[in-house]
Amino acid sequence: MNTSIALQLVQILLAVAVAPLVTGWVRLVKARMQARRGPSPLQPYRDLYRLLQKEAVVAHSASWIFRAAPYVTFAAVWAASCIVPTFTTDLYLAPAADLIALVALLGLARFWTALAGMDAGTPFGGLGSSREMMIASLAEPAMLMVTFSLSLLSGSTSPAHIAAFVLSGGIGLSVSIGLALMALVMVAIAENGRIPIDNPATHLELTMVHEAMVLEYSGRHLAMMEMAGMVRLTLYIALIGCLFMPWGIALPGAAPAGLAVGLGAFLVKTFTIATALALFETSIAKMRVFRYADFLGGALLLGLLATIFHYVSEAV
Amino acid sequence: MLGNASLLDFLSIGTVVPAARPWPRFRLDGKAWRALVERMDAADWLLLAEWAEPGEVHIALRDEGSGSIAIASRPCPDRRFFAVGQVRPGAIRLERAIHDLWGLVPEGLEDRRPWLDHGRWPCRHPLAAEKLPPAGSPPPYAFLAAEGEGLHQIPVGPVHAGVIEPGHFRFHAQGETVVRLEERLGYLHKGIHGLMAGKPLAQAARLAGRISGDSTVAYALAFARAVEAATGCEVPARAHWLRALMAELERIANHVVDIGAICNDAAFAMPLAHMSELREKLLRANALLFGHRLSMDCVVPGGVACDLDDDGIEVLRHLLSRLRKRFEKGVGLYSDTPSLLDRTTGTGVVSGSLAHRFGAGGFVGRAASRSHDARKVPGYPPYDDLDFAVPVMAEGDVHARVMVRVQEVRASLGLIDQILAGLPGGACRVDVPRQDGEGLALVEGFRGEVAVWVRLDGDGRVAAAHFHDPSWFQWPLLEAAIEGNIVADFPLCNKSFNCAYSGVDL
Repeated sequence: MNTSIALQLVQILLAVAVAPLVTGWVRLVKARMQARRGPSPLQPYRDLYRLLQKEAVVAHSASWIFRAAPYVTFAAVWAASCIVPTFTTDLYLAPAADLIALVALLGLARFWTALAGMDAGTPFGGLGSSREMMIASLAEPAMLMVTFSLSLLSGSTSPAHIAAFVLSGGIGLSVSIGLALMALVMVAIAENGRIPIDNPATHLELTMVHEAMVLEYSGRHLAMMEMAGMVRLTLYIALIGCLFMPWGIALPGAAPAGLAVGLGAFLVKTFTIATALALFETSIAKMRVFRYADFLGGALLLGLLATIFHYVSEAV
Repeated sequence: MLGNASLLDFLSIGTVVPAARPWPRFRLDGKAWRALVERMDAADWLLLAEWAEPGEVHIALRDEGSGSIAIASRPCPDRRFFAVGQVRPGAIRLERAIHDLWGLVPEGLEDRRPWLDHGRWPCRHPLAAEKLPPAGSPPPYAFLAAEGEGLHQIPVGPVHAGVIEPGHFRFHAQGETVVRLEERLGYLHKGIHGLMAGKPLAQAARLAGRISGDSTVAYALAFARAVEAATGCEVPARAHWLRALMAELERIANHVVDIGAICNDAAFAMPLAHMSELREKLLRANALLFGHRLSMDCVVPGGVACDLDDDGIEVLRHLLSRLRKRFEKGVGLYSDTPSLLDRTTGTGVVSGSLAHRFGAGGFVGRAASRSHDARKVPGYPPYDDLDFAVPVMAEGDVHARVMVRVQEVRASLGLIDQILAGLPGGACRVDVPRQDGEGLALVEGFRGEVAVWVRLDGDGRVAAAHFHDPSWFQWPLLEAAIEGNIVADFPLCNKSFNCAYSGVDL
């Protein structure tokens, strides 16, 4: 019990500590792929520090929602990151929440960001919020579908249980889990505003989704929003790692050596997936706004197929 | 009687103005001017440029049948003239600008809103014989309305999130679909007409090269050719060839980086990195050979300011053979990426008939089946001795504009090969005689046809000058191209046009 509280605290800090490095790493790999030198992977830490030093300018037309949103958003994403096992499944909060709670927490963060985007009354904020909500309305069902198919396979919606189940070899090579992985990757791309859904590096106001919502933010507010984005990216990478490739993760009762292996495995997996993300983003153009429905509809379909294949394989 | 008359026949009802070269200028009275405008409605006479002087309006026209070019002038003592914008929609903004600058009223023009004057000048009609005091706080600009359920406005600019030139874009959108786009420009107004008046030739040439920085060779060349026409100055053959070399290098440098930038606006950054490297190599070669990365101030009235030796030719040959391979690789990055082609194909379509109505030139026109190229018609040396193709496509979408530019780069590379092989010897600069006169020149810049008209006094000074950027006739097409597209595709369309801001804000 005490161990799991301690591990939970480590996990809480780890999520925030590693997130900027993951984002910085993705940016660095993308820059190198484009024959640019690129900033150091530590640059996001410096950016956050700089933003925290700066004055936060708030539009006259903005209400308290605008000021509260960065904290609520960050808190919700951070809370969500507490329940996704990174290096160990022995987390104090793990029994308290499952994947459905995770979707709800991320939905809360998105809801507040979208509200804040509309609050200042600028056209870009409204544009970004409306696009974000369109993406959310398509991505959330797909995410829940993934959750259901995984819970059907493993008998639980808790990520810790699913990880343990996969590790125990209870699944083996299954079509369902492959389909669910593809669906989750697609949802993760959409939720994190990566290419081909959104371009996190663009300066073109009219094409922005997530950036348009936070366009009015500055100073510590912007730092909170940026940090929430970075933690969300790390969270999704950790989730994919934990659900589909949990090898190395420390199970309850692991020795300190096991925890160290878990930590190492987590870092290797995270930066491998981050590199793959950067390579993928470099090789594809952003899609038209109205194709989002096809893309995320595809994710939903894959989630659905994962469930169907599960029943088919059981029947056979 | 005038039913099938050619442009020159028609204009002969006016009086010929002496010392206008190389194409004649006719002064028309009110009745003849009105007849001309009414005749233009049916005739295939292309409007090349429209500008004014205190108390007089000029239009440059080309008869598309015979290829003959002429300027028609209308003295307006009552400060009014029959608006050309009634029959040539491309002239509407030109005439709004004429009203702002010279205070001449275009009669019959429905759109009387100011264009260049945003109400922040110290006086109204700064170029008129009698200036007016400012009107006080200007009324808000009345954007054209769009009415209907669920419509909303999106104001964009003039300050943008990227480091680009200022321009305001007002969208009326229904959800993501653009119902109407209206541009508002003029934020870069520099008062070129006023700055040019009275400038010594050397200074005026420097200023001409700075009107639109990315087209500095085209502008300097057009200005030099107009001055040479006005003074009857014969430029040595070597100067013509070197000018063409610089102009083609400028065209390639602009085309390659824009092709990359279009891809980047679809969030596909690799081609931009690739193409930027090519452009950088070209600019460094320019700096090495001509002393300036953009070849600024290299084309001067009377010839070119710097010669090219055999070593320079070798440097260029070596660079271009490498560039050709690297460019094709970059084009492959574009044409082998289906997700990118999905964005560019069918996006931002300009119909051929619309391109024709506005007389759009350059790659915007050529991607919509208007094959016009000033290097062919009217043509100027040395292009008559060189062999090159003018690519034309009919689709009019972003993809067509990219592909036309790709083919133009290939054509320019071929031209440079011919220029390096056939570069004649001799001097590359002569003195411009001190003589009064008027000259008009048309030069194909990378965006299209740059027209420059100049009047010189006898002391080697510029009395008046006008610079017409091809973007005047391309900006309105952008408004048409985006209609029915989605808001998020605007940056892609805009980049595929890449119209000049500084060149039209004058």
